[in-house]
Amino acid sequence: MALLEVKDLQVYYGVICALKGISFEVNQGEIVSLIGANGAGKTTTMQSIAGLIPIKGGVVNYDGQPINKVPGHKLVKMGMSQVPEGRRVFQELTVYENLVMGAYTQKDKKKIKEDIDEICTRFPRLGERKKQIAGTLSGGEQQMLAMGRAMMSHPKLLMLDEPSMGLSPLLVDEVFNIIKDYHKSGTTILLVEQNAKKALAVSDRAYVLETGSIAASGKASDLMNDESIKKAYLGE
Amino acid sequence: MNILFNGLSLGAIYALIALGYTMVYGIAKMLNFAHGDVIMVGAYALLVTLNLQGHIALGVVVSVVVCTVAGIVIEKLAYKPLRGASPLAVLITAIGVSYLLQSVSQLIFGAAPQPITIGNFGTVNLFGAEISTSTILTLVVGSVIMACLTVFIKKTRTGRAMVAVSEDRGAALLMGINVNRIIMITFAIGSALAACASVFYLMQIPSLEPTLGSMPGIKAFTAAVIGGIGSIPGAMLGGVLLGVIEKVCLSIPALSPYTTAVEFGLLIVILLVRPIGLLGKKRREKV
Repeated sequence: MALLEVKDLQVYYGVICALKGISFEVNQGEIVSLIGANGAGKTTTMQSIAGLIPIKGGVVNYDGQPINKVPGHKLVKMGMSQVPEGRRVFQELTVYENLVMGAYTQKDKKKIKEDIDEICTRFPRLGERKKQIAGTLSGGEQQMLAMGRAMMSHPKLLMLDEPSMGLSPLLVDEVFNIIKDYHKSGTTILLVEQNAKKALAVSDRAYVLETGSIAASGKASDLMNDESIKKAYLGE
Repeated sequence: MNILFNGLSLGAIYALIALGYTMVYGIAKMLNFAHGDVIMVGAYALLVTLNLQGHIALGVVVSVVVCTVAGIVIEKLAYKPLRGASPLAVLITAIGVSYLLQSVSQLIFGAAPQPITIGNFGTVNLFGAEISTSTILTLVVGSVIMACLTVFIKKTRTGRAMVAVSEDRGAALLMGINVNRIIMITFAIGSALAACASVFYLMQIPSLEPTLGSMPGIKAFTAAVIGGIGSIPGAMLGGVLLGVIEKVCLSIPALSPYTTAVEFGLLIVILLVRPIGLLGKKRREKV
C-alpha cells in the first residue's frame, strides 16, 4: 500500500515553475530515494509535501487521505517527520532541548525521557553532548541531532533531505548506516540525495528528478546499472 | 536615591512595553508600530472602568483583557493576511493600524486630555528617601511580571515553541508547532504587558489622550533596539537603562531640556558601535 502518493505535483516560486507535475509513491516499509542534480526540485518536493511551501497543483495523499490542504504542523501528528536540508537544528538550544522540541507533539513526559535516552544510545555522541548548545556542534553532530530530533515524534514516514551534505566520507557512511538501521525498526523512508551512489545502495526504489520532472524511475538496483544514469549521476 | 528609584520604575514601564516590541519582532519578524497605541487602549479601558465606579483592581483586569483581545484581533485582521508579504507592506500596515486606533479613540473619547485618578498611595521612607508607593509598586510588580515571563519562556512547552519559532519558523513547523497559534499568543502576551505598562504609566502621568501611546511607544522601541531587538533580556536591560537615563537627565537642570535628545543620541551611538544592540545576537550565516 502506498503510504505517500504524489500525483502531478506542481510548485511555483512566483512565476518560475519549480515542479512541472511530478508523480511518485512511497509504499509502506520501503526506502525510496529522489536523486538528481542541484536545482532539480528535490528539496522543493520535500518542502511542499511538508507544507513549508504552497502547492499549486496536483494531489498529495498520505496514509490514504489528501494532505494538500492540511496545515504543516498537523502532519507531524499524522506520523510524518522531516530532517530538513541544512539540518536546521535550533542553534541556541541545547542538544537535549532540541530533542524535546522534536517531541513537541508527544504528551507523555516520561516517554519523552525514555525516547531521548534511546536516541542517545543510537547516537552516542549526542548523549555525550546533551547539555551543549547545538550551534557549537560540528556539522556531522548537527546532522545526527537533526535526525534524532525527527525520530522523537515516532514517524511512520521519515523524510530526509540531503542528510549527507557537507559531511566527510566516513560520516556519510555513518549517516547511511543509521538510515538503514532505523528503517529496519519499521519506518518507511523517503530520501533525497545528491549522492546518488550511496542513496541507490540503500534504497528499494528511486526516482531521478531533472529540472522539475521525473526523468527516470525504477528499482534502485536497475537504476544503478542503467548506462545513462551511471554517466549522469554516478560518475562512471 | 529618589531619582534612581523613579528611573528604575520608569525603566520597568519601558521594559514592559519594549518586551512587546521585541517578542513580536523575534517571533513574527515584524515591527508592530501599533504596539504603543495598545497602551492607549489599555489606558482608556481603565478610565472607562473607573468612571463606571469600578474598583481599580477591576480596572486593571479589564485593561489587560481588552488589550489582549485587541492584540489578538489586530494580529488576526491586519497582520495574519500579510504573512509572507514584503516586510515593507507589513510595516506600513502597522503604521496604519496605529493611526486607526488613535482615530477611533478620538472619535469615542474626544481629543482633549482627560484626567484620571488612580488613588494616592502616599510615600514610604526607604534608605532615608521619600519614595512614592506607586514607584515601588511599579518596580516590584514590573520585576515580578518580567521574572514570570522569563520562566514561562524557558520552562513551558509554549515558551520553548516561541523560542523555536523565533529561530527558524520552518523547522518549528516541522516539529509540529502551530506557528500561527504561537504568533497569536505572542501578540496576546505583548498586549497584556502593554496593558500593565499603561496602568503604571497613568500612575506617573495621570492624564490621557488618544496619542498617549506614541511617546512611551517610541521610547520603548528605542529601548528594545538598544537592548538588541529580538532579545528578551535585552528589552529589559534597554528599558531600565533608558528609564534611569531619562530621570537622571531630567534632574540635572542644564541637561533636562535635552533629555529626549540624550536618549535618542544614545540609540544612535549604540547603533554605530554595536548595531545588534547590547544583548542582541548575531545572526549566524547559514551554511
